Amino acid sequence: MSVGTTMNSQPVSLETGSASMVSIARRQRLQDVFFHRITQSFSLLVLVALMGIIVSLFINAWPAFQKFGVNFIWYVEWDIINEEFGAAIAIVGTLASAGIALLIAVPLAFGIALFLTETCPAWLRRPLGTAVELLAAVPSIIYGMFGLFVFAPLFADYAQVPLQNVLGGMPLIGFLFGGSTNGFGILAAGIVLAFMVLPFVAAVMRDVFEIVPPILRESAYGLGCTTWEVVRKIVLPYTQKGVVGGVMLGLGRALGETMAVTFVIGNANRMPTSLFSPGTSIASTLANEFGEAADFHISALFALGFLLFVITFIVLGLAKWMLVRAEKAKGL
Amino acid sequence: MNTKRTLLKTVAAAALATMAMGNAFAADITGAGATFPFPVYAKWAEAYKKETGTGLNYQSIGSSGGLKQIRAKTVTFGASDAPVSGADLEKDGMIQFPAIIGGTVPVINLDGFKPGELRVTGPVLADMFLGNITKWNDAKLVALNPGKALPDASITIVHRADGSGTTFNWTDYLTAVSKDWADKVGKGAAVKWPAASSVGGKGNEGVAANVNRVKGALGYVEYAYVKKNKMNFMQLQNADGKYVSPDDTAFAAAAASADWFSVPGMGISMVNAKGAASWPVSTASFILMYKQPEDKVASAEALKFFDWAFKSGKQMAADLDYVALPDSLTDQIRSKVWSQIAK
Repeated sequence: MSVGTTMNSQPVSLETGSASMVSIARRQRLQDVFFHRITQSFSLLVLVALMGIIVSLFINAWPAFQKFGVNFIWYVEWDIINEEFGAAIAIVGTLASAGIALLIAVPLAFGIALFLTETCPAWLRRPLGTAVELLAAVPSIIYGMFGLFVFAPLFADYAQVPLQNVLGGMPLIGFLFGGSTNGFGILAAGIVLAFMVLPFVAAVMRDVFEIVPPILRESAYGLGCTTWEVVRKIVLPYTQKGVVGGVMLGLGRALGETMAVTFVIGNANRMPTSLFSPGTSIASTLANEFGEAADFHISALFALGFLLFVITFIVLGLAKWMLVRAEKAKGL
Repeated sequence: MNTKRTLLKTVAAAALATMAMGNAFAADITGAGATFPFPVYAKWAEAYKKETGTGLNYQSIGSSGGLKQIRAKTVTFGASDAPVSGADLEKDGMIQFPAIIGGTVPVINLDGFKPGELRVTGPVLADMFLGNITKWNDAKLVALNPGKALPDASITIVHRADGSGTTFNWTDYLTAVSKDWADKVGKGAAVKWPAASSVGGKGNEGVAANVNRVKGALGYVEYAYVKKNKMNFMQLQNADGKYVSPDDTAFAAAAASADWFSVPGMGISMVNAKGAASWPVSTASFILMYKQPEDKVASAEALKFFDWAFKSGKQMAADLDYVALPDSLTDQIRSKVWSQIAK
């Protein structure tokens, strides 16, 4: 569109300008076209790569889909020797650990971001903000090692055992706290993941809270609003999109996280029956088993990878759809 | 412009020439496969390079990766912990020979017991891994360890999360000693672990870390990791009914009792080997090469390397807690197996 308009405006300058002006204009027009094409090809490259990944995943996964059909998604089995594969165990492990991570990380991140933008004394704002950003730069394997050697033993003794003693016997929710208390499992993985995604979500939330125009905020305070009312009625509605984006960024990282999860989730190809039972996630199954996989096993692993892609896509799509609906409801 | 181009050409030609010369004088031997023997192959390679100037480029990508690479002919030799069957060797036109021996050990984390103080038989061990025995003070374990104060603690089974030759050897042993295990689970580089308490660790070091961390854990690792991490282990009853501790001599005894040429491709399973001193989960790691190699020079270089390793690499292997093959066996490998490779 913009290229079209520049092209249309050229002849005017051609008629009025001198010869040198004409050559300059021509050169600039060429430069513009060149620039446009280059940047366009860069962005197309992303699309090509994306399509390439989807297609190659699907082609490699085809034997598994062909054998098991759609049942592959909810078939509860992962038996390498007998070549019986289903994705249900890994999908449940992935969604459960990522869900737990978000349940813990989002409220915490929200609190951190609010404190940093609304009530934090100015001298503390810089060091605290930098600390949050630094936390986001820690490689995931460090979280995994921290999880395995520091967090898991403490978690087993001071969380799993008391929780099982207190809540394990209760009706309805008691089963969630059953099983062995060795520090591994879905809940442990979820908590380590929460540590990992917390800085991402918090940093994004802080940044978007900061872009709320001071005049809106100050007007609300001027009307006598409390801090919470300002946040609830001014900051959140204004930054809704950014907040959801931050949460989705965290969810995306939690869904795809490999090393940190592998260290603490227990890597057991069984359907988890409680929050403490070991399980496996799609990403950690891929990381563990690709090296020695052969024949049909490989295609089952590719099928898992493809499903992770689909899950991520669905989650992002849902988030977008929710945003659009919320904006419609507001009449925007 | 012209001089620039000539200069470029000269440089390119010189670079090509050096590369070609490098190839002619020190063709590196290439191999890929099993991770279990990697430390000893690396050590041999280092010493061999010092002596002869010929290097070895070994990628420890795992046994099945090694098979893929040798079948794709991207390497001179492949290495695998699980032997390839005689029929497959025939089909691919390959030979196979053992290069190094080691053992897999049941390791535990129980306070108050010295390494090797607790004893277990193969069938009871299989019951523990099946999840039929879930407590350390189970009647079957108490019966094997009279007078020992076994605690009322849950058993957490720790296994390899990644596919591995170690798991193949371990499940091969459990399959040999327990019909229940053979029916329900079987053997393979990765199996469906039946015990409800089982958790996976990545690599030998991952299993070792998990066992050392969880009280009441029972896992299996290569012997070298037992020594390196000073782990507590159990004595295991062998085929002759004797309880043995894992060490070099017990692995060597198992290797000595084996009838290597009873199976085409020397692909015997050394698990549950006969002999009073034999460690029952001793295993060999195998080398695969083509009978009609595409690159005969490289193939001959690889054989030279293994010949040297069999002769001079014994102490290096022992330093790393592997067991080198006995001379009687290496002589037979030279005369019966290597002779099949076209020179």
